[in-house]
Amino acid sequence: MDKNYLNIIRSSKPAQFGILLIVFLLLYNLVPHNEGNYFWRLPSLLAFIPIKLNEIIYAALYEWFPLKVWDPIFEMYEEKAAFREFTKSISKGLLFLITFVRELLLGGDKIIDVFVSDAWLKDNDWMTWPALPWTAATVGAFLLGFQLGGIRLALLGGIGSLYVSIFGNWVPSIQTLSFVLITTPICFVLGLSFGIWGYLDRKVETALQPVLNVMQTMPQFAYLVPIIALFGLGDHAGSIATIVIATPPMIRNTILGLKRISPEVVEAGLMSGCTKTQLLFKVLIPTARRDILNGVNTVIMQCLAMVVIASFVGAKGLGLNLKIALNSLKIGKAAEAGFCIVLIAVILDRFTKAWANKQVDYFENLTFFQRYKLLIIFGTSILIFSIIAFIANGYFDKINYLYVIPIEKGFTFAHYIDAAVDWVWETFFYSLNSFNKFLLTEVLGPMKKAYLGMPVVATLTLTMGVAYIIGGIRTSLLVGGMMLFIAMSKYWDRALITMYMATFAVIMASLNGIIVGSIFAQTERGSKIILSVCDFFETFPSFVYLIPVIFLFNITDTSVLIAAIVYATVPATRYTVWGLNSVPLSLHEAGTMSGVSRIQRWTNIEIPLAFPTIMLGVNQTVVFTLQMVILGALIGTEDLGQLIFGALSRAQDGPGVAITLGLFVSLMAISVDVIVRKWAEERKKALGLA
Amino acid sequence: MSPTISCSSVYKIFGNNAQTLLSESGGNVDAKKFQEAGCIVGVNNASFDVNQGEMLVVMGLSGSGKSTLLRCISRLTDATSGKILIDGEDICLMNNKQLIELRREKMGMVFQNFALLPHKTVLENIAFPLQVKGVTTENSIYKALEMVELVGLKGRENYFPRELSGGQQQRVGIARSLAVEPDIWFLDEPFSALDPLIRKEMQDEFLRLQSVLNKTIMFVTHDFDEALRLADRIAIMKDGIIEQLDKPDNIVLNPATDYVRKFTEDVPREKVLKIESIMDASDPHASGEITVKKDDIIETVAEKILNSKEIIKVVDDKNSVVGSINPSKVIKVLFGG
Repeated sequence: MDKNYLNIIRSSKPAQFGILLIVFLLLYNLVPHNEGNYFWRLPSLLAFIPIKLNEIIYAALYEWFPLKVWDPIFEMYEEKAAFREFTKSISKGLLFLITFVRELLLGGDKIIDVFVSDAWLKDNDWMTWPALPWTAATVGAFLLGFQLGGIRLALLGGIGSLYVSIFGNWVPSIQTLSFVLITTPICFVLGLSFGIWGYLDRKVETALQPVLNVMQTMPQFAYLVPIIALFGLGDHAGSIATIVIATPPMIRNTILGLKRISPEVVEAGLMSGCTKTQLLFKVLIPTARRDILNGVNTVIMQCLAMVVIASFVGAKGLGLNLKIALNSLKIGKAAEAGFCIVLIAVILDRFTKAWANKQVDYFENLTFFQRYKLLIIFGTSILIFSIIAFIANGYFDKINYLYVIPIEKGFTFAHYIDAAVDWVWETFFYSLNSFNKFLLTEVLGPMKKAYLGMPVVATLTLTMGVAYIIGGIRTSLLVGGMMLFIAMSKYWDRALITMYMATFAVIMASLNGIIVGSIFAQTERGSKIILSVCDFFETFPSFVYLIPVIFLFNITDTSVLIAAIVYATVPATRYTVWGLNSVPLSLHEAGTMSGVSRIQRWTNIEIPLAFPTIMLGVNQTVVFTLQMVILGALIGTEDLGQLIFGALSRAQDGPGVAITLGLFVSLMAISVDVIVRKWAEERKKALGLA
Repeated sequence: MSPTISCSSVYKIFGNNAQTLLSESGGNVDAKKFQEAGCIVGVNNASFDVNQGEMLVVMGLSGSGKSTLLRCISRLTDATSGKILIDGEDICLMNNKQLIELRREKMGMVFQNFALLPHKTVLENIAFPLQVKGVTTENSIYKALEMVELVGLKGRENYFPRELSGGQQQRVGIARSLAVEPDIWFLDEPFSALDPLIRKEMQDEFLRLQSVLNKTIMFVTHDFDEALRLADRIAIMKDGIIEQLDKPDNIVLNPATDYVRKFTEDVPREKVLKIESIMDASDPHASGEITVKKDDIIETVAEKILNSKEIIKVVDDKNSVVGSINPSKVIKVLFGG
């Protein structure tokens, strides 16, 4: 009799989950809530980690491998740590490049200053690079768009830059653009090199995988403090933070693209007598071109998503303007800057995609003029507009509007937005506020309390149990190890708050995504429409989502959660549509011929078959949600994010704390990822889809 | 004259400890035992020669090791053991530089799924092997234009592979493999990805090319009819072993194993057999004016033989009489019994 029950439990997953739930509830209710009890909270045995990390960073910066460096001002040798000299030279190089592009477009004398003495420059004040008139730049954007994708992209580029210029955002936009133009190629080269290395050497790929996982799930904020410590403040620091964040997807895309090349193409290259180098540069990379260029596209999107965050470490541009506007609660100004970021993102996105899909015609029989027609027009327009702008110097007395329209003088619709927000605020204040209050007191408050009231032993049992039932003992130990790592720090309570917010947002976003996705995936046109809507929303930098919600719900958990839900609904929807579309047509037909209704078809055929794919979407929502929840710290929440954010202002122990906390968030995401992936794999195998 | 390709006791076994297992077995490989040890047998003791200007077709179902054998000979994979001589030199012992040299000068290969470079035009794809060899752009393009004409793609030089049909893409693949004027031509199921009508057309085209070029060819296919149509000799493979290697008509007349017999059962004999295989060599004194050649396929001359009521003379290439044929024998082949 006993044996019989055991067998049932062993073979039935629902029974196992049932038992796990009962054990969890028992532990939850029976373990006494008192600080001395290790079942309730573990001792912070790992509290030394952030401190040790700090020691390492500062030792590297100030003590290790001292070099004798010549100081030209004091005319003597000084002892300086090699590592610090190394980081300094990186900073200098990056700053030079960014300033170079910036001055090329906006004019100035900083770059000239590098090559001549200060005194000489003061005496010769004519020696300054002229700004590119925005009129010429608009023509340039139009022509570039035309070259890449015909009249539609031409109009997008032209009107976009016209808008940016006459609304007075020309200077910050160029600052942002110069940042993107320098950061992207660096990410490209790094990503491509590591990707190729990973492709050629299995061991390298295996080693890269977990590193990339952590890097892609770390909250962007966590990188900022260490970067300030290592590289100081400025545009270059923002660029480095962006490089750290944007390079992993480039590496992944490169590996993916190279792996997708059919072995026959490689063999054809070999049989043509290619050497290894020829094979790499003439066969492999060009064949994987499309995936690699899609990687570049991702990198650019990441750069723009980072502009606001980069402004925290001193990057200038639209991000900084947006941050300042938000800090002073100027919604209109913030929205304008945000709109410019989105506009630049959309333009660059469309342009790079068009570039990726463009095939070069090597055999066009063109004359010199035909071939360089657009370049010639661009060159001429620069000349003409520059001359006009120069002559106009005499006409305008203070500001030459033909070079730049400054932000105070540009058109603006900020006050309309402000008025609209005020109107919404006044009209709906009562209902919004009561909704907010209801959510906070009836749902979020109790949920938070329940999470915080969870004994650590119960949490560990639940997570490890789920991992065990789904993935077996190895998965369970992996997940348990990661959770234990967090539990033994002194930040467990904060982590629980992050978890509560993430759980709520993930559930809501997944529900939204599945419902919206299911509705649109019913027809082919619907799928197409919703997927392009998803594309559009994904070009929004994450920060932009916070702007509207703050003004509707103030600085509360509600705002952050709603932003997170909206942000994370995108991947959930996308994967739902993909999953539903991948259900074979023959099954639809078989269902129809068995006489199922539409609802029955959805519940009995489509959802079960699409579910593994949908779960991978849920996986993505976890990453998206965590990013947004941590970002929420900017506007004030009290989870891990707040501490990471707080670490920004603590130079001494900041870096260690930020890295450790960032790692915690990353570990949470990876735990979920490990379990979901395993489950989806098994499920796909069971359904015969893999 | 020594054979162009000569294989002796070639083995290819996939798996971690293939080498040790193979030396333990002493050359007597049992696929089942190897599988239990975690190894998969690709090619099992293959020995054969291919002569200058001959076309050997390797026929087998998927997983029979035919493509693996081809890849061992082109050294796209390394054989686990055995000797593979190309013009007397062991390809298995060559270093990377010699190998590249050999491929640049002597070998060409056509692939099942065309394996064209998607970012290059027809012309550039064909010129590619020349360009990696270091031929100037001008000369390589000139040569490529010649090849374009040879495979009948004139007017499509600047198309990209994605703009071409399957048959046209394979023509590019063929032109590319011939651009360096190789002596040895490998074809790995070149027509399998094409639909039946195009396949027939490409086979004719291929025979036409071969009659002009006279290369030494190894042709891999899973289609027995194709093998019969094209081959000078056929090697039939199963589970890595060459079951039978012979001329097409001999395979049909005398299948060596049950496995081979299964293939030959449904083959219409008149389409394979030559007059030579049913003539009477003992009686070269037939009357009548009409003659047939001993290399004629029965089907092509059946009507001619059956229309005349008498015994017909069989002649060889030099038009001297070598035997006679009785119409009743043709009837037997055509209608069985």
